[in-house]
Amino acid sequence: MAHYIGRRLLLMIPTLIVISFIIFVIIQLPPGDYLESYVAELESQGESVDPAQIAALREQYGLDEPFLVQYLTWSTGMLHGDFGYSFEYGLPVTDVVGDRLFLTVTVSLFTILFTWLIAFPIGMYTATHQYSWGDYGLTLLGFLGLATPNFLLALVMLYFANVTFGTSIGGLMDPEYLDAEWSWGKLTSILEHLWIPVIVIGTSGTAAMIRRLRANLLDELHKPYVVTGRAKGVPPFRLLVKYPLRVSLNFFIADIGSMLPSIISGAEIVAVVLSLPTTGPILIAALQSQDMYLAGSFLMFLALLTVIGVLVSDIALALLDPRIRLEGVRAS
Amino acid sequence: MALVGESGSGKTVTAQAILGILPANAKITSGQILFTPPKRDTIDIASLNPDSAAMRDIRGDQISIIFQEPMVSLSPMHTIGNQISEAIRLHRNIPKAEEKALTIEMLELVGFAKPNLAYDAYPFELSGGLRQRAMIAMALICHPALLIADEPTTALDVTVQAQILHLIKSLQSKLEMAVLLITHDLGVVANMADDVVVMYHGEVMESGPIDTLFRSPQHPYLKALFSAVPHFDMKAGERLKPIREIAHETRPFTHGLTAKTDAQRLAAPHLSIQNLDKSFVSRKQSWFGGSPQQTIQAVHDLSLDIAVGESFGLVGESGCGKTTLSKLLMGAVKPDSGSIIYNAHGELVDMSTLQGEPLRRFRRRIGMVFQDPHGALNPRMTILNILREPLIIHNFGDEASQRKRAEDLLALVGLSARFLNRYPHSLSGGQRQRVSIARALALEPELLILDEPVSALDVSVQAQVLNLLKDLQRELGMTYIFISHNIAVVDYIADHIGVMCRGRLVEVGRREQILRQPEHPYTQALMAAIPYPDLERPLDFKQIIESNYSEPQKWPSPYGHRPDQHTDWHPVADGHLVRVAATGSQS
Repeated sequence: MAHYIGRRLLLMIPTLIVISFIIFVIIQLPPGDYLESYVAELESQGESVDPAQIAALREQYGLDEPFLVQYLTWSTGMLHGDFGYSFEYGLPVTDVVGDRLFLTVTVSLFTILFTWLIAFPIGMYTATHQYSWGDYGLTLLGFLGLATPNFLLALVMLYFANVTFGTSIGGLMDPEYLDAEWSWGKLTSILEHLWIPVIVIGTSGTAAMIRRLRANLLDELHKPYVVTGRAKGVPPFRLLVKYPLRVSLNFFIADIGSMLPSIISGAEIVAVVLSLPTTGPILIAALQSQDMYLAGSFLMFLALLTVIGVLVSDIALALLDPRIRLEGVRAS
Repeated sequence: MALVGESGSGKTVTAQAILGILPANAKITSGQILFTPPKRDTIDIASLNPDSAAMRDIRGDQISIIFQEPMVSLSPMHTIGNQISEAIRLHRNIPKAEEKALTIEMLELVGFAKPNLAYDAYPFELSGGLRQRAMIAMALICHPALLIADEPTTALDVTVQAQILHLIKSLQSKLEMAVLLITHDLGVVANMADDVVVMYHGEVMESGPIDTLFRSPQHPYLKALFSAVPHFDMKAGERLKPIREIAHETRPFTHGLTAKTDAQRLAAPHLSIQNLDKSFVSRKQSWFGGSPQQTIQAVHDLSLDIAVGESFGLVGESGCGKTTLSKLLMGAVKPDSGSIIYNAHGELVDMSTLQGEPLRRFRRRIGMVFQDPHGALNPRMTILNILREPLIIHNFGDEASQRKRAEDLLALVGLSARFLNRYPHSLSGGQRQRVSIARALALEPELLILDEPVSALDVSVQAQVLNLLKDLQRELGMTYIFISHNIAVVDYIADHIGVMCRGRLVEVGRREQILRQPEHPYTQALMAAIPYPDLERPLDFKQIIESNYSEPQKWPSPYGHRPDQHTDWHPVADGHLVRVAATGSQS
């Protein structure tokens, strides 16, 4: 096991180097750089720009250097925690992202929890009661959730939350706590606001997961080993959980790989609509204004999480499924 | 008690009703199932709710079941020990340590050499025979009063089948339980049952003690079943009598076909295989670390001549290399060394060196029929498209003539043209296998490779297909390579027989030589393990259990040899060869 993890970890290094290079190339692809678009913006507003000052800035950030040199500076900087400088915010990248990261993770973790809590019982119910009225009703509800655009749902929820509960619109906390220190009040305020984004972001994922769990369970439910269990006299619910559910979990674990990055990126558009202080909106803004180090570091972070997520799900699969763990190893 | 009948006759549904595990769309509408557990009152199972606690107490405790497919009847995610001890945990209230001790004791009883290791093993680590033993242990762990065995040996090799039957029989007397054996194999019935019930279309046709039924079957259905089974005492030219005979039309394919003269036959063999070797490297490497690679010799130094127009039967247990050999002959895999010389109307071609376009054109000469008629036909293609596909690949005519050809092909296997627009799922197993044969014949091949073509079929359908194959060969003058594990079937079809074990041919000869005077201990063991539908010839269980004849090292001298040891052919009679260990020399 240790040997395997070690090999996989070593493999991650070349993967990440290649990804970082591709990210940097893509970010540099649009013509011009941040300073040029900055100058253009100022000039369009009728303000004059001192060319010397621009040149000095260019010098300072090494924007005149050849492409490869810029790439090396950025990529080696990341190794010791220097992710570069955000032009837009005038702050180091780490400072821009820092606080938002925590809130993003909170929102996403609650979303995942919400998805599981709703999807598992419903998925199990619809699979075991296939083609019943309950199955049709819940399936309809699921498709509605899948088909409604998230941002639309966000607007609707905002309206009703404000009208019925009087919760202030937008954000993750009441305005008075925005820059305040952590306190009990701030925490309860966050929890009060949290449920709207969690439901909004979670609905489509929940619906998709119900469908997949139902399909996977239906495949397993009629396998002979389930009949064997029944013939042994295992009670129905225990039978369901111990045999078919366990086997149909593989898809779910394989999903972890794609889940980790989505925790961090959050649902960008929903976050913009709800004006959530998460990381999603920053990424969009940074890409628009060619704030290259901010965008680049962000994408790099997502790539790292994807690679780690895939590793984690592979290891979890091996732990849970003896066929993957032992195939061909032990002789009988 | 044995319950006999074809598939679809309602045998399994009967068993499911007894256990209360009928599928959700089936219900008991009327009737009673009376069950009297030892020292208790009689219960009517039919009146119990299948999911009630009372029914669950009976299931797995008083009545238990063994299924046909040991490969899929055990959960792949749980250890054998876990799955077996679950039954005691549900029905007996005893401490955990005792559960484990009982389970291990049971594993030992069903013949696991190392029950402690087996307890922690997963099903996929065990062979089919061992899985079926684990299944039996699971069914018997609570010492049920009634064991239902639903086709317990159908998926197993004959030698393993004999071992499992013996195990069930000996445990039956040891644990004093009743056994309800469900099977379509009259040979198994003859060796196991005291009483027999014959079912057809959900109804009992005939029932009674085995002596009465086997010696003087009354009902026409039972008589028909008996005459549909190939057996060894058939006279030359005697045909099987299927319950429904099929008529077929060969005329469009016989024009221009002249019977081969003896001179043509003797000029050169149709297929001459010389020193063929094929090994596979298994990635015996876990995810978590390397271990040395293992090489499996699937076909080992195999030489064989097959004459023009003959039918060559290849016999052996699963894993002996039969299927690899058929793939080599088809050109689906390339041999490591050795050559396959094909006689294309006098022109000798080494198939193993053909590549690209010549190989593509060459492929028309060989047709192939597979074992599983469900898996061999694409479920999304109509029969017409399935039959047209080889014609399209080889640019045979336009669409109209391809359609005409497809109709002729269906007539050739006795199916009417109305099947053309149907999909495979609406056909029965036997009809599907006939479509498979029609497809293999689409390009008028000279050589047909049949890989276990009837082992997935019921006896009466099997008789139909065997008769059809026999007629087609005679009428179209094809050469057959017929692969099967069922020696009785091979006996019916083949002129020459080769017996394979561990990638080597161990005995070759004419049909009657192999069957009447088998020389090699492995051939003898295979013959001894066949259950005959004849009360006078019971299986000699003792001999089968004591011999372990798939291990070349355990064969008596002069046959025994180590895997790397050189072997030679030893002539027994004219054309009858048997493999012995080479004296002195080693390769």
